[in-house]
Amino acid sequence: MPVSERGGGPGTAVPDTGQPAGPAGAVLPALRLDPAVVRRARELAEVAGRPIVEMARSHTTVSVERAVLRLAGLDGADPGDGMPWVNHLVDAVRDSCGLAHGVALPAWDALLAGGHPGLAALAADAAAGKVKFRVPEGPDAAAARAAATAALAGGFARIDARKAEREAMIRETADPPKPWIYLIVATGDIHEDIPQAQAAAREGADIIAVIRSTGQSLLDYVPEGATREGYAGTYATRENFRLMRAALDEVSRELGRYVRLTNYASGLCMPEIAALAGLERLDMMLNDCMYGIIFRDINPRRTFIDQRFSRQVHARAGIIINTGEDNYLTTADAVDAAHTVVVSQLLNEYFGREAGLATGQLGLGHAFEINPAVPDSFLLELAHAQLVRQLFPGAPLKYMPPTKHMTGNVFAGYLLDAFFNLCGALTDQSILLIGMMTEGIHTPFLSDRDLALENVRYVLRAAGRLGENIRPPAGGFVERRAQQVLDESVDLLGRIAGDGLLTAIGDGTFGVTRRPADGGRGLDGVIERADGYFNPASEFLERDGGESAEGQR
Amino acid sequence: MSATGTGHTVIRPYGDTTGDGRVQLSFTLPLPSGTEEERALADGAAAQLARKMGLDPAMVVHTKAMGPDFTFFIVYGVVRHLVDLADVAVARREFPLMSAAEINRRIRSALGRELVVVGASVGTDAHTVGIDAILNVKGHAGEKGLESYAEIRVVNLGAQVAVGDLVARAVAEHADAVLVSQVVTQRDAHISAAQQIAEAFSEESGMTRRPLLVVGGPRFDPAMAGELGVDRVFGRGTTPGEVASYLVHALAPEPQGSAA
Repeated sequence: MPVSERGGGPGTAVPDTGQPAGPAGAVLPALRLDPAVVRRARELAEVAGRPIVEMARSHTTVSVERAVLRLAGLDGADPGDGMPWVNHLVDAVRDSCGLAHGVALPAWDALLAGGHPGLAALAADAAAGKVKFRVPEGPDAAAARAAATAALAGGFARIDARKAEREAMIRETADPPKPWIYLIVATGDIHEDIPQAQAAAREGADIIAVIRSTGQSLLDYVPEGATREGYAGTYATRENFRLMRAALDEVSRELGRYVRLTNYASGLCMPEIAALAGLERLDMMLNDCMYGIIFRDINPRRTFIDQRFSRQVHARAGIIINTGEDNYLTTADAVDAAHTVVVSQLLNEYFGREAGLATGQLGLGHAFEINPAVPDSFLLELAHAQLVRQLFPGAPLKYMPPTKHMTGNVFAGYLLDAFFNLCGALTDQSILLIGMMTEGIHTPFLSDRDLALENVRYVLRAAGRLGENIRPPAGGFVERRAQQVLDESVDLLGRIAGDGLLTAIGDGTFGVTRRPADGGRGLDGVIERADGYFNPASEFLERDGGESAEGQR
Repeated sequence: MSATGTGHTVIRPYGDTTGDGRVQLSFTLPLPSGTEEERALADGAAAQLARKMGLDPAMVVHTKAMGPDFTFFIVYGVVRHLVDLADVAVARREFPLMSAAEINRRIRSALGRELVVVGASVGTDAHTVGIDAILNVKGHAGEKGLESYAEIRVVNLGAQVAVGDLVARAVAEHADAVLVSQVVTQRDAHISAAQQIAEAFSEESGMTRRPLLVVGGPRFDPAMAGELGVDRVFGRGTTPGEVASYLVHALAPEPQGSAA
């Protein structure tokens, strides 16, 4: 059994045990950061984030309501137009009586009225215009609430069972040591992705990410079934999730090491995809508080409302989120904008915690993107990476390799990736996305991936314990730079807390683009909640609202 | 043998001596190399491939098994081929590729205001993948989209936009350029959509000047611009930087008299 696949295959000059040399925590001694400044940064992030949470609590979206139906077990699509039944049902309820009370009250009220054996039949009739929905009141409302809650109990029982199954799989195989090696698969065809993902796992990947088809984030529905056609990626569908998780379970057992699966809960269907990820035991999900707004021009309000619900579902499912701060540095300068990364991380932390995510589920992101022509660029990277490590000591930080300064010179790129790996090892990053020397040229060749893994293995073996053997001098360049970025972060957070986060986003504070609160896609899917709004999922997800359900666990 | 600059136009690769023809090459073969026997076969196969590619002699300097089924090779060798510079064909774009910084600078110096781009997919085409790849900050092929340019203002109308709405919006926004992406090609839908747009803009009297019309999509042939009645056609694989460079070339030419 090729359990030693993380080591070099036959033909490598140096035998490789596959184990990084350093014990966990063998990292750079702490830089001196003023705890009062760190505390101030967190307070300001909360001040900036709280009004957003209030908005999310007082609104819903079409995608949140569709996620409710998915958690109740409504799957599949209309064979006529290919549109998922959840879209048809939510649209029909919206047309009939609006969504201000949520989809659950009218939908289960209609089910209780009889004539439909289940949600799918109801959705089909609703799509044909044969159902008149109403918002029930009094005893009818209580009955609908009880029926909806019972229906969702099934979905949450499945999510809980999936979480227990993950824990059992990890016990049966093994949890790989950190840093976890993260590799990407993206053929567009799930049946091509599967053997590639298994090969990547055998080559040493601890995490497989299946990149989504370009533009899926802008679809206001989740495609159905196993898909074989995508643009530069593979559609996120429930069936694709299921197929890939099953394939990785197979290879996890073969390797004696649990291989995690990652996908994307971003875009217009964030809550639904989060639900499907929980139902199919994905392990990590890209879920950033502002990525869709900045890079996909999705409406800010829609994004924040969808995001809160999706993170609540991730929290319940034991999924680690990955945030997308690395993206800012692909547009903005990595030195000048270093503090925007920290600001976004603090916001992601606040929103994540508020939604119930544990520290161990906060895979905050950052990246090694400083122009290598800048003097002391490695020291600057070291300062940034160590600052993030110290600010979020328990978080499984995700560190992204250089992309912007990968020029096509594969030899120089290989060296840059080695420095990235070294910085990651020195600063105890938890998840290393492995850099490809052919970044920006093509989808990685088999050999590109193999060379990239050889690179990271060498660095961890040779210098995994370097951190505990050096000490950046107090008051030296690295420490001063970390302090400076932290100070700049506090300044920016102060401005955001004063002006409001939506205003800051509208002014182009993050990335380089202005995104006004009422612009972008998906605003028409945002609905203000009425007084009697009811979401049966909240019974299971809100810590204060779901005591009875949570108390059982 | 070879020497540019002394009138000769025939050259060879340069390793460490003029005319030695030495090159390097790396590739993967779907062959195992776990055992000594397998490795000998794999090395032989790599050398044969290199010879057939014109490397003679070829030296396999590195052989590495990648999993049970594949082997990676690095090969050095001598190529006999000659390159005659007189025969080198250079594909000419009518515009130079510029960096984002150069493009922003040029717009500032030549226009003195933002360059306004309105983009959409029109008609029944629900695919926004093309227009988003060019316009969204996220971009495509490692390049950021036009939204990321400080001096370009982008109005992305998305998919299934009626031609009339596109024209009206272009007028309202004082668009310098209109970008249309069409992916659906059944019954040449992309061709007729492009022609409709060109006609609609030529009939529109509410504008002092017609915006630059640019269409793109995977099935368009860049040679069709005239036939379609548009200014430029971009085909498969176009990057945001190419489009931005073209827009600047067409709309913000270098001010006269500036030093070269």
